[in-house]
Amino acid sequence: MSLIRVFKTIFMIDFLTGLIMAIKEIFKPKKTINYPFEKGSISPRARGEHALRRYPNGEERCIACKLCEAVCPAQAITIESSEREDGSRKTTRYDIDMLKCIYCGLCEQSCPVDAIVQGPNFEFATETREELYYNKEKLLENGDRWENILAANINADSSHR
Amino acid sequence: MAELFIFFEQIYRILFLLIPVLVSVAMIVWLDRRVWAFVQKRRGPNVVGPFGLFQTLADALKYIFKEIIIPASSNKVIFILAPIVTMTLALIAWAVIPFSETFVLANINVGILYLFAVSSLGVYGIIMGGWASNSKYPFLGAIRSAAQMVSYEVSIGVIIINVLLCVGSLNLSDIVLAQKDLWFVIPLFPMFIIFFISALAETNRPPFDLPEAEAELVAGYQTEYSGMMYAMFWLGEYANILLMCAMGSILFLGGWLSPIDLFPFNIIPAPIWLILKILFLFILFALIKAIVPRYRYDQLMKLGWKIFLPFSLIYVVLTASFLMYFDLLPGN
Repeated sequence: MSLIRVFKTIFMIDFLTGLIMAIKEIFKPKKTINYPFEKGSISPRARGEHALRRYPNGEERCIACKLCEAVCPAQAITIESSEREDGSRKTTRYDIDMLKCIYCGLCEQSCPVDAIVQGPNFEFATETREELYYNKEKLLENGDRWENILAANINADSSHR
Repeated sequence: MAELFIFFEQIYRILFLLIPVLVSVAMIVWLDRRVWAFVQKRRGPNVVGPFGLFQTLADALKYIFKEIIIPASSNKVIFILAPIVTMTLALIAWAVIPFSETFVLANINVGILYLFAVSSLGVYGIIMGGWASNSKYPFLGAIRSAAQMVSYEVSIGVIIINVLLCVGSLNLSDIVLAQKDLWFVIPLFPMFIIFFISALAETNRPPFDLPEAEAELVAGYQTEYSGMMYAMFWLGEYANILLMCAMGSILFLGGWLSPIDLFPFNIIPAPIWLILKILFLFILFALIKAIVPRYRYDQLMKLGWKIFLPFSLIYVVLTASFLMYFDLLPGN
């Protein structure tokens, strides 16, 4: 052991350097955000809670092609469809089991009419399992609530598709 | 009737001490987490109450409502007794801590001996918890803790002898009053450092938190505990830390005395000074938790037996010779 090492050990120089550094760090600005009151920025590609969108005239976009149901790797989507009076094919049932869903985003990518999308909302924790079995009403309601952001996100990402 | 009156008076005096101690233990947990977070540039608990001050109360409430699981193969009586012992021992030691010249619950003549004895008994709670759990990690944690606390108590004992040589009394109030002119931290500075490090080891704080080294032992002696029993271990541990800080400030930092006997300082009430000194030591505890890595077990033992013990023994001889040579021995 060299003499400097002995000196440093006896007077705890390394420890004191660390202590002073720690005290300095206390007064520096924080790196974390104050989460529930302050939120980090979210990419337009963020894959959060699902939503079913509508056309501006109020018509559902979904044409019941069942591509999303077919592509879903977790088989979380269940669709039933029938022909409406005006001859168009529409879903009678569109369920997503949010507990099965792995949030891979394949349903959004497979959709030919941008009907099923994943929005920026990731704070939809519930107290019971049942609340996370989303049906068509819930998904459409999500779409209505988030429409502005969803449209902006799709627009922002459209040049990369 | 008179006896009843004295009985209730004593109970009120005890409560007057105990409730502030328990509240400050809760606050100190918050302070610990907060300082730790700040060093790591995080925010720490800041939601419950002003600045998150009531975080510990919220945690305690959560623990109260959690189920207490008692392992089937455990020794149930001792398993339940262990956290109670830890908590009780951490709290009864406060009886002799003098907060001012008049405000001390039990001004006994061998106060420092009592304090030392009670803090040494603290290891029993841990050993009982570790053994009664009948599981490998708690047992290993308890063994480590016992060995560690016994080793460092030896050097703490020798350090206390140093202080006692300068005071000539085992009464804690006398120890504080002997520092009226000069705090013992100045002549006995190396002893203060060693006392501080031994106090870290004594209370199982990082870098000496081997009994609960989470990487190896899950949570050490607390592994099998849950609910309020775990919370009692946890509160007892922090009460012990606070007690060690109080002991350090009484032995070395002049207890309730103000640093200089000048106008703005000497009107501040005495207990405030003691609290400030305890807080200062505790913030050092918390800072050290944030900056140091954990010691290896052989390093811990080496530090205790091969460095601290001989060094403090030599210092006892030095202090004694110095006091003899200059005829400064107390009581002369």
